[in-house]
This record gives sequence, structure tokens and C-alpha cells, in this order.
Amino acid sequence: MLEFIQHLVNGLSVGSIYALIALGYTMVFGILQLINFAHGDVYMLGAFIGMYCARYFRLADNPSLGALLIAILFAMVGCAAVGYLIERLAYRPLRKSPRINVLITAVGVSLFLEFSGQLLFGSDPKFFPQIYRPSGDWSIGELRINPLQVIAFGISITLMTILQYIIFKTRLGRAMRAVSFNHDYASLMGIPTNQVISCTFMLGSALAGAAGVLVGLTYPKIEPLMGVMPGLKAFVAAVLGGIGNVTGAVVGAITLGLAEEMLVGYWAPTYRDALAFAILILILLFKPTGLFGSKRTEKV
Amino acid sequence: MSSTNTPVNTLATGEVLLSFKDVGVHYGAIEAIKGVTFDVRKGEIVTLIGANGAGKTTTLRAVSGLVKVSKGSVTYKGETISNLDAHLIVRKRICQAPEGRGIFLNLSVEENLDLGAWAAPDKSTLKADLEHSFELFPRLKERRKQNAGTLSGGEQQMLAIARALMGHPELLLLDEPSLGLAPQIIERIFEIIQKINQEGKTVLLVEQNALQALQIAHQGVVLETGKVVTQGPARQLLASDEVRKAYLGE
Ligand SMILES: Nc1ncnc2c1ncn2[C@@H]1O[C@H](COP(=O)(O)OP(=O)(O)O)[C@@H](O)[C@H]1O
Ligand SMILES: [Mg+2]
Repeated sequence: MLEFIQHLVNGLSVGSIYALIALGYTMVFGILQLINFAHGDVYMLGAFIGMYCARYFRLADNPSLGALLIAILFAMVGCAAVGYLIERLAYRPLRKSPRINVLITAVGVSLFLEFSGQLLFGSDPKFFPQIYRPSGDWSIGELRINPLQVIAFGISITLMTILQYIIFKTRLGRAMRAVSFNHDYASLMGIPTNQVISCTFMLGSALAGAAGVLVGLTYPKIEPLMGVMPGLKAFVAAVLGGIGNVTGAVVGAITLGLAEEMLVGYWAPTYRDALAFAILILILLFKPTGLFGSKRTEKV
Repeated sequence: MSSTNTPVNTLATGEVLLSFKDVGVHYGAIEAIKGVTFDVRKGEIVTLIGANGAGKTTTLRAVSGLVKVSKGSVTYKGETISNLDAHLIVRKRICQAPEGRGIFLNLSVEENLDLGAWAAPDKSTLKADLEHSFELFPRLKERRKQNAGTLSGGEQQMLAIARALMGHPELLLLDEPSLGLAPQIIERIFEIIQKINQEGKTVLLVEQNALQALQIAHQGVVLETGKVVTQGPARQLLASDEVRKAYLGE
């Protein structure tokens, strides 16, 4: 039982990180029908921005929750800017181009970010500064929990709640949902669709940036290719939940995180990374629309 | 202008609101409209009729900026609007209920209406405007919290018109509002279009339902394969043998 709860905590914590990344995939897909393959690399940039911010402000000298929040804030703003530029420079010129051109461009942007990262930061792993260092593990009875995991989970959930609020309760969110339904209809309302698309990229990238810092905090080795695997897994999570569906992305990500953790804990520790791909294949074979996805039908 | 008719109109103030001059639109290599010329005067209902594929929707899309004009010009109140972005044209108080209604089926009825007011000039009238929509279309009030995807076809068309009105249009563009609806509902929609016009809005109405459209319109423009074949006062078109044969099934 104790072991199970331990795995549960780990799974939720990993899953919430996947969720932060998966949300960006799913929002961008929802609005442009585009798989932004560079998204995992934005998450990597988030970790590096967090690291440089921590070094610059010497956040590790006074580790605190405040220091962590500052690093997250910088990573989010920085990644939002990167997301904006990616959309503006790489994807917007291709708005009316065939899908395959855009897809190839997405792969190109991803490689560009990865190799630029290697060039700029060096390809050897860097140590993420300890900007938040809770004293010891929390124990409840015999259960020991790493507070970092709890904090990371809490911050993820908070950010996702804010995102839900933006999407479902604000004017911007309503515009995002309208644009994702149909660009032409949205522009007939007077909605500046390009700006809304930019905002979508910025929001998704900001969440990935936060994820980068949270991972840097819990697994403090960061390197320019660190975004590849979590990016792929978050993509699988988004597909599992039904790509384009925001709630689906969160549920898919938490499910994947838990499943991985249980697999590793009880059965086959070496197959952690294989699970995501097995899930992807199964979903594509049996329910390509994912758990929450639905085919949109238009009444005529 | 066609040679056969000179427009006369009871309501028109004479001021030309919208003007098409030799407008052409291409989809790739396909020329969907080929040198279309007509005017819409303030206060009028002008109906654009013609068979399927004649270029009616394309003409409306050229007004609202959803397609780029490849020749000629569209002017509104004397200002060229062809090739402005669609979301900027809405701000000039030109609102459209597009072909297929264009309802956001993933949003609630009320959210759809709110979006219609996105570019409205004065946000303080939002509540009153909403009430006005519900007066025109009581069905929508009952269903305001419902997902728009659950509405019937007729209700969706009403929502499309109500939503376009939320943007305070001076010029209202309607693309086949009667399409696929039961006769009683069509009747009701046409009554409402007339009422909206009497409240002072100019209407450009695209219809395949030529008879009913001409009965409520002041002016008619007949399109055939991307060209204007005849235009003039609706009453004259209704009486013309040519139009009766081709479009009124006689
Ligand atoms: N998106 C498009 N791409 C290519 N051709 C189109 C497109 N939309 C319309 N057309 C063509 O343009 C012509 C006019 O179409 P349309 O304006 O929709 O006519 P209508 O509304 O009168 O039925 C038709 O021949 C149609 O096939
Ligand atoms: Mg049409």
C-alpha cells in the first residue's frame, strides 16, 4: 500500500509536467491543426532560461519559493517570446501552404532549436541551480514524500487552473475557441485571428517554460536535447486525451505519468520510455480521436 | 448598370453605401466572379439571386474581406475596402451571416452572441442588444445557455442573424438564410429581414429562393456564372419574362 502511494505521488508529479507540455501541443493543434514539433524544445529553452536567470540573480544563494517563482516567471515570459517568434517567423508565412510543408517546417524549427541550444549552451549537461531546497523529505507515517514533487505538482495545477480560466471565462479564451472552430467565421466577428493565434502559441510556450524549470528543479541535469523525449511523451499524452482537447491533454498526461510510474515500479523498470509509444500505437489503431476527442459535425 | 433598368426605389435616400465596380475574384485558376458591377443604396434590401455556383457567396465574401479581389474595386461609403482584412471590415459596421450559418457549434448560444459584439462600437449597449435579439428571436432566449450545436437548423439561422446584428451593422450581409429550412420558418425569417430593414439597416441578401427574395427586396441583381445578367428594381424583375422563366420556375 505504502509503495503504491509512493508510485501514485511520483506518477502525479511526472504526469503534471507532461500535462504542462501537452497543453501547448493540444492548443496549437486545436487552433491551427498543426503539430508543433518544436514544442519540446521550447520546454528545453525554459529550463535554460530558468538556469541563466538563477545564475544572473544568484537565486541559489537564497533558495526559497520566491526564488523559484522568479525563475519560473522569467522562463514563462522568455518562452512566450520564443513561441511568438516561432509562429510569426516560421508558421505564419505558411498559413495557406499544404499541410506537409508546415509539418516539415515544424521538424526544421525543432532541429534548429536543438542545434542552436548545443551551440549556445554546449552539449554537455548543465547543473540546474538549487533555487528551492526544502529541508528533508516530508513524512506522513512511513510515507516519505519529496516536497519538491509536491511543490511542482501544486504549481502545475495552479497554472492549469489559470489556463482553464483564460480559455473558458475570458474574452481572449472565447476568441481562441472561436478561431479554433473556424478562422473565417471568427474573422467575420471582427476577431483578429492572427493575434489570437499568437496568443495561443505564447500561452502554450509559457506553460512549457514553467515545466522546464520545474523539471530542472527535480531532476537538475539539463541539456539541449532534454526536450526530445518529454516532448514526444507530451505529444502522446495529447493524442491519448484527444488532440485539440484541453481537458483531454491533462487527463492523458496524468494517465501516462501514472501508467509509466506503475509499469516501472511493479513490472518492467527498463520499459519506461517504451510505454508512451505502445500507447500511441494502440490509440492510433483503436481510437484515433483519443479519450475525449470527437469528430466535429456541422449541421447544414 | 444593365441597360434595361434604371434603379428606382421608394426608401432609398440616394446615397450609395456599397459599390462594386468591375470586381473579379479568383480561386487559384478558377474565376468565380468576372467583372461584377452593382450598387447598394442606403436603406435598401438588395437581393443577389442566381443558380448554385453563380458566384453569389463569392460576391459576399468579397465585401467582407474573406477573399481577395483580383480586379476592380469594392467601395463602402466611398472608401475602397477590397483587400482589407476581414476583421477590419467588420469595424466599418458591415456584418455577415455567412453561408452555412457559421455558428460556433462548440460555444453556447450566448457566447456566440457575445462574439457578434466583438467589434461593436459601444460595449455599453451589450445588455440591451442581447435583449433586443431575444425579442426578435424568443427561442434563443430559452436556449441561451445551451451549446449552439444542439440548436435546430432554423434556430441556428436565427442565431446567425441575431449574432450579425450584435455588431450594429449598417450593412447586413445574409447568405442564403432560407437554405434547408421548412416553409413556415422561411416565411418567418423573411419577415424578420424586412423588420430589420425597417429599423434602418441596409441589407444585401443572397438567395436561391428568388421569388420570396424579390418580394421583400427593393432591388435585385441576377448573377449567372460569375456575371451580372440583369439588375433593377425587384418589382420589375418579378414581372420580367426572362427572370420568371429562369429563376421563378415558370
Ligand atoms: N474555395 C473555393 N475554391 C475553388 N473554387 C471555389 C471556391 N468557392 C467557390 N468556388 C467556385 O466559384 C464559383 C462560385 O461559387 P459560389 O460563389 O460559392 O457560388 P454560389 O454562392 O452562387 O453558389 C463556383 O464555380 C465554385 O465552384
Ligand atoms: Mg453560395
